[in-house]
Amino acid sequence: MSHDANPHGTAGTKGAVRRFFTNNLVTLVFLFIGIAGLRVSGLALPFFIVDIVDRVARNGFLVLALIIPVLAGLGLNFAIVLGAMAGQATIIFMTHWGIGGIWGILLCMAISFPIALALGVLTGRLLNKARGKEMITTLILGFFANGIYQLVFLILVGTLIPMKNETLVLSSGVGIRTTIDLTDGLKFGLDDLLRIPLPLFAILCGAAVLGSFPVRSVLRKRALAAREKTPLRDGVLALTGLFLAGWGIKNLVVESMYSFIRVPAGTFLVLGALCLFILFFTRTKLGQDMRTVGQDRHVAEVSGIDTDRIRITAMVMSTVLAAWGQIIFLQNLGTFSTYGSHEQVGMFAIAALLIGGASVAKATIGQAVVGLFLFHTMFIVSPLAGRALFGDAQLGEYFRSFVAYGIIGLSLALHSWKKHMQQKQGAGG
Amino acid sequence: MSQTEEFVLRMKGISKEYYGTKVLKGIDLEIRPGEVHGIVGENGAGKSTLMNILFGMTVIHSTGGYQGEIEIAGAKADIKSPFDAMKLGIGMVHQEFMLIPGYTITENIKLNRETTKDNPVSRVFGPKLKTLDMASMGRDARKALDHLEMGIDEWARVAGLPVGHMQFIEIAREIDKSNIKLLVFDEPTAVLAESEADNLLAAVRKLSASGIAILFITHRLHEIMAVCDGITVLRDGSLVAHKRREETTIEELARLMVGRSIGDMIRNPAKSLPDRNALEIRNLRVQMPGEAAKGVDLDVKDGEILGIGGLAGQGKIGIANGILGLYPAEGEVRFHGEPLPLNSTREALKRGLAFLSEDRRGVGLLLDMSVEMNIAATAVEIQGKFLRRFGPFSQIDGKAVRAHALETIKALDIRCTGPLQPVRRLSGGNQQKVCIAKALVLGPRLLFVSEPTRGIDIGAKRLVLETLVDLKERLGMTIVITSSELAELRSVCDRIAIVHDGRIAGILNPDDDDAEFGLMMAGDYGKR
Ligand SMILES: Nc1ncnc2c1ncn2[C@@H]1O[C@H](COP(=O)(O)OP(=O)(O)OP(=O)(O)O)[C@@H](O)[C@H]1O
Ligand SMILES: [Mg+2]
Repeated sequence: MSHDANPHGTAGTKGAVRRFFTNNLVTLVFLFIGIAGLRVSGLALPFFIVDIVDRVARNGFLVLALIIPVLAGLGLNFAIVLGAMAGQATIIFMTHWGIGGIWGILLCMAISFPIALALGVLTGRLLNKARGKEMITTLILGFFANGIYQLVFLILVGTLIPMKNETLVLSSGVGIRTTIDLTDGLKFGLDDLLRIPLPLFAILCGAAVLGSFPVRSVLRKRALAAREKTPLRDGVLALTGLFLAGWGIKNLVVESMYSFIRVPAGTFLVLGALCLFILFFTRTKLGQDMRTVGQDRHVAEVSGIDTDRIRITAMVMSTVLAAWGQIIFLQNLGTFSTYGSHEQVGMFAIAALLIGGASVAKATIGQAVVGLFLFHTMFIVSPLAGRALFGDAQLGEYFRSFVAYGIIGLSLALHSWKKHMQQKQGAGG
Repeated sequence: MSQTEEFVLRMKGISKEYYGTKVLKGIDLEIRPGEVHGIVGENGAGKSTLMNILFGMTVIHSTGGYQGEIEIAGAKADIKSPFDAMKLGIGMVHQEFMLIPGYTITENIKLNRETTKDNPVSRVFGPKLKTLDMASMGRDARKALDHLEMGIDEWARVAGLPVGHMQFIEIAREIDKSNIKLLVFDEPTAVLAESEADNLLAAVRKLSASGIAILFITHRLHEIMAVCDGITVLRDGSLVAHKRREETTIEELARLMVGRSIGDMIRNPAKSLPDRNALEIRNLRVQMPGEAAKGVDLDVKDGEILGIGGLAGQGKIGIANGILGLYPAEGEVRFHGEPLPLNSTREALKRGLAFLSEDRRGVGLLLDMSVEMNIAATAVEIQGKFLRRFGPFSQIDGKAVRAHALETIKALDIRCTGPLQPVRRLSGGNQQKVCIAKALVLGPRLLFVSEPTRGIDIGAKRLVLETLVDLKERLGMTIVITSSELAELRSVCDRIAIVHDGRIAGILNPDDDDAEFGLMMAGDYGKR
């Protein structure tokens, strides 16, 4: 029997509902926790919305960047940490040279490109030698690269690499300061390109969601490949779209405090473009090859695909995207810790994907988007909920770092439990 | 030069060693355009290994390569990977499936040969970013499937399809290739019912008529006699003989393969059956794609060997799969008078049923584990067999496992270096024998076996059938054999039920007339 979702599950609506629940178990569990946390924390909705929109804009690119390596069977790997370092290094130079704004961002992306590319090739080669152990190998690789990064910016800058810059370099003249402020530089370089009021943004999002239906049906008819019916998911999607559009129109007509929230639409446009790119990419020859390699490396090889090469290409793409993602992340944050910001990037992106229902073997854009919202909801409410529950702010902070690790652990556990259940239903003999 | 160019392929003095064991010893092989060339030999004789060398498979090159020379169309060829082989116009239908279950049939047929079309991005960044042209891929797939007379939807997912369909999808993939000069079929009919196999043989003839050379491996010698022009016989890695079809017979081939002559098919000593029913099946409906049961009523008598026959696609395979809970089933089944809960494999196993599935690859040999552990694993897990208990603790009884393994290896003639050899390193047919051993060790009260001799050479086939008869005689086990080989059913069964259109068309005796069987299978019985 096959090991993915039981292809001949129980018939009828009851079966469909049950399947929906088992298939989306991880996501539903966290949806519940998120809503409960939001209630307990007592956070006012507008504040929550401001925060979540900001965080999604900031993190979206990094999470989406993970889809491609998963597609190619590289698993949820931490190699995006390397990409993030490449992005950060270029930001440091950009700040040193005093280039800011959108041109600064573009230049940053251009310069980080070859660095990330080289790192991607190296990582890809390494992973080809460590098959099936991607998650742990890249985790260790991340630590190692972090050491080199620290060596360069903590010791070599000012000694081997001449750099005279009082705001950047420590007073001793050697090493970069631990925090770098991007105000007057790259801060909001992309975000400020275009900002629109939240209600308008909601309408656009709703329209995009609803508009995806006809587009998908056209694509589907042409592709004919994915003809499975997913009425429940489609229903949830349609309702979300309608709700977003309706809410936006209402708040646009009746002026409310939401109208004063201004969303970084430029950044969201970039995110949208990345989604479109991923959609396009999965329909190309290269994308198909990556999927094939990800599904079954042996079969791919026998059908003449150069699997090693495909995996390296996937790694390069995700490293480059991660570098750009980190640039987008930091321009929104406006300040970063030189030796810390990149470290958690991999962890958070992976947690977000997992929570959205992705697994080590399969990740979609939908899962990335849902995961982004859920993960950052957890992130926002957990310290507040912790404080409300235990009456201790310090404890709340612990709660937050606990959350990221907890999510990874819990969702991996739930995933394997789900697989176990499906196997029990499906296998035997 | 012109003399050698007559051959599509010449292999000269091919030798191969796996971990110090010589498995091929100086094999020569020549084949001309449009020729169908059969390769026969016992399980483990080296047939697949020879073909893997020709196709540049990684197992060969990661275990030290091979010696000897390969010439393709008169030019020396150095085939290091499947990619090289394909470039030279070699195609191969492997003994194991090379399909991606999550993909549609179309995607599988066009695997790595997808039709693409230009888009603005690909014009700038190169052909790798061309978009897949699914519509045209679908048309190609349709054409290849039609060629094989397969009515199946080309957009269906491969996961969950019956194995016979999977085999045809693989063949459709090779047919769809345009530059093919030499096509290798490694036991393509092993997973097919006889009628399907006939289809395949017809396709082979058509292909060879168009000038494609074909290497054909099978254990069904009558197929060899039906399509092959030349035949190569291997035994224990050595070349035994090259024969033309006209100058040989099935008996001679069998003798050459095994090195001794094989007696007649065994017969099941007929005995009067008790009137007790071991299994009562009422209105069983099973949703198995392509092999659906649509209301089966059937009684299995205690201690008999009951055969289930019928044409492919009529639903004979669905029955056992439904009762054992591998596919969703509805209806009523009583086992020794007690109702048997459906849709639960575990429950069925616990109550003393066991199943040897026709889909051997799917039901989990642990390829990297030893032969002995593979045989024992299910029994340990489900029945607590082979366990030594120390109060609350238990430990696997290595001695018992070993003893049992040695016995089975001998009984079924599993060709391996010993009970500790990883199953991955056995030949395809010997892996099948391990599957059989795995089902037998459960010592069930009722055993379902589907296609017991699939992929097994004629010598071993006799052993397997003998073992089944012996189980019935000695232990009084009830056995239900589903098979597409009527001759096999007739030699060992007490009664044979024929399935037509998802229902039992009737029950015949093994020595009833051929015509009766034919009519019943076609659904025309009693309409005369
Ligand atoms: N990957 C491997 N590693 C080690 N030994 C192997 C491997 N594959 C096959 N062998 C050995 O090589 C010998 C020939 O095997 P091969 O698969 O070529 O047999 P075959 O003729 O195809 O048999 P069958 O009819 O059972 O498919 C066997 O003794 C087998 O155990
Ligand atoms: Mg073989």
